[in-house]
Amino acid sequence: MIDFEYHHPTSLDEVFGLLDQHGEDARVLAGGTALVIQMKQRLLQPSHVVGLRRVSGLNTIESTADGVRIGALCTQRQIENSPVIRDELPLLAATFRKVATPRIRNMATVGGGLVNGDPNQDPPPSLIALGASAVLNSKSGDRVVPLEDFFIDYYETDVQQGEVLTSVLVPRAPAGSGSVYLKFLPRTADDYGTVSVAAVVSKEQDGSCKDVRIVLGSAGVTPIRATGAEDALRGKPLTDENIRAAASLVKDAVDPLDDFRGSAEYKTDMAVVFARRALEQAMAAIPSNPSGSARV
Amino acid sequence: MNQKVRLKVNGTDHELDIPARRMLVDCIRYDIGLTGTKEGCSVGVCGACAVLVDGEMFASCITLAAAVDGSEITTIEGIAENGNLHPVQQAFIDNGGFQCGICTPGQVIAAKSLLDENPSPTEDEIKEWMMGNLCRCTGYYGILNSVAAAARDMKDGAGR
Repeated sequence: MIDFEYHHPTSLDEVFGLLDQHGEDARVLAGGTALVIQMKQRLLQPSHVVGLRRVSGLNTIESTADGVRIGALCTQRQIENSPVIRDELPLLAATFRKVATPRIRNMATVGGGLVNGDPNQDPPPSLIALGASAVLNSKSGDRVVPLEDFFIDYYETDVQQGEVLTSVLVPRAPAGSGSVYLKFLPRTADDYGTVSVAAVVSKEQDGSCKDVRIVLGSAGVTPIRATGAEDALRGKPLTDENIRAAASLVKDAVDPLDDFRGSAEYKTDMAVVFARRALEQAMAAIPSNPSGSARV
Repeated sequence: MNQKVRLKVNGTDHELDIPARRMLVDCIRYDIGLTGTKEGCSVGVCGACAVLVDGEMFASCITLAAAVDGSEITTIEGIAENGNLHPVQQAFIDNGGFQCGICTPGQVIAAKSLLDENPSPTEDEIKEWMMGNLCRCTGYYGILNSVAAAARDMKDGAGR
C-alpha cells in the first residue's frame, strides 16, 4: 500500500473541507472493509484518507413518520440487531444477517457498502425492493437519491465529488405485504451469492397481486430491478402458474458476469429459479390478517 | 507519513509514531511485540487475525491502526486473568480444539466474543458465528466441542 495521510475530522463541515482541499486524492473511509482491501491491492491509491469514525450523529437508527432513517455509519451488525429494524423492517434485519461473517459485519457500515457499488452485496436488493433512498450531503446542500437510481455501473455510483452519503431512508413495507431475501450460496456460507433476490409482494382482498417488487443481486454490473416480471404479475391472481410465468421474465432483465461462482448462463437460470422461490416465499409470508404488518 | 496513534492494548497504553498505512495486525505484532495474533489471508476472510476493538471482534489485517486511534484492543495475550487461562483457552486444550495452532488465537478470540454476547449459544449459533474462522487442518469438530464446553464451564463458574 502506498503511503497516505489519515485525517480524523470531527464534523461534516471538516469532512467537506478536506474533500474540497484534496479533491480526487482523497477517499472517505467508513468501516474500511472494502476500501482498505482495494488500497492493499493498489486498485485505489489515495494520498489522503478521511475517516468518518469521529463524526458524530452518523450512527443512529430512528423511526420516522414514513419509515426508518439509518445513519450511514451504522455497522451492518448494528442494523441486524437493532430492535427498531427487527420490528419495523424485518426484511432488512434478515438481509444484513446474511452478509459475510459477524467479524465483517462488526466493521462494515451500511453507507460504506452502498458507496462501494459492488453488485454482489446483499443489502442493495432488499433496500431497493423496499423503495429506500440515500441522503447525500455536500458543502452545497443535500440531495436524496432513490437507491434504484443510485448504482450507475460496476463499482460506480451516483455519489459526486465532494459528496458524502450520510443516511439511508427506508420506507416500511406496505401493510398486508410479505417479503423475503434469498441468497444462493453453493460454495461457502460467508460468500457473496451466486445470485440473490429480494421480493416484496402485497395482495388485494380477492387474492390478486396488488403490488410486487423483485430486485436481484449478483445478476449484472448493478443491482437489477426486474420490472418486466413485476408488471406481468401485478393485478393478476397469485397462482403458481402466474408466479412461474412472471419469474421466467427475470431472464430478460439480468445480465450476469461469468466468474468463479458460475457462468452467465448458469446464473441467468438460477436467477429465474430463485426469483420464483422468492415470490412464493414472500407470498406465503403475507399475514392472513389483512391489516397486519409485513413479516419475513 | 508517520502519525501518532494511541492504543490501549490488553490494559497497557501505547503511544506510537507509525505510518498511516500500518495495519493493526502489524502494529500489534511488530510495533508492540505481541506475536500471538496471526496474519492469514490478509483480506479479512480467514479470522486468524481476530482481535477485539472496544469489545467488538475485528479483522486486524484490514483495520488501519490509525483508524482505531484511541481504542482499547484485546488480543489473545490479554484474556487470561491473574495467571489463569480464560475458560475458552482451557476448553480448547481439554477438547483438542487445535491441531497446528495457527488459527487458534483467532478461534479463541472469536469464541470469547460469541460467549461475551451469547453465553448459551445453540450448536447452530456456534457454527454460524465460528464459520468466519477457517482451520486448514479442518479440526472443526474439536473447535465446536471446545466452544460448547467453554460455554458450559463459564455458566458453571458463574453459578458457583
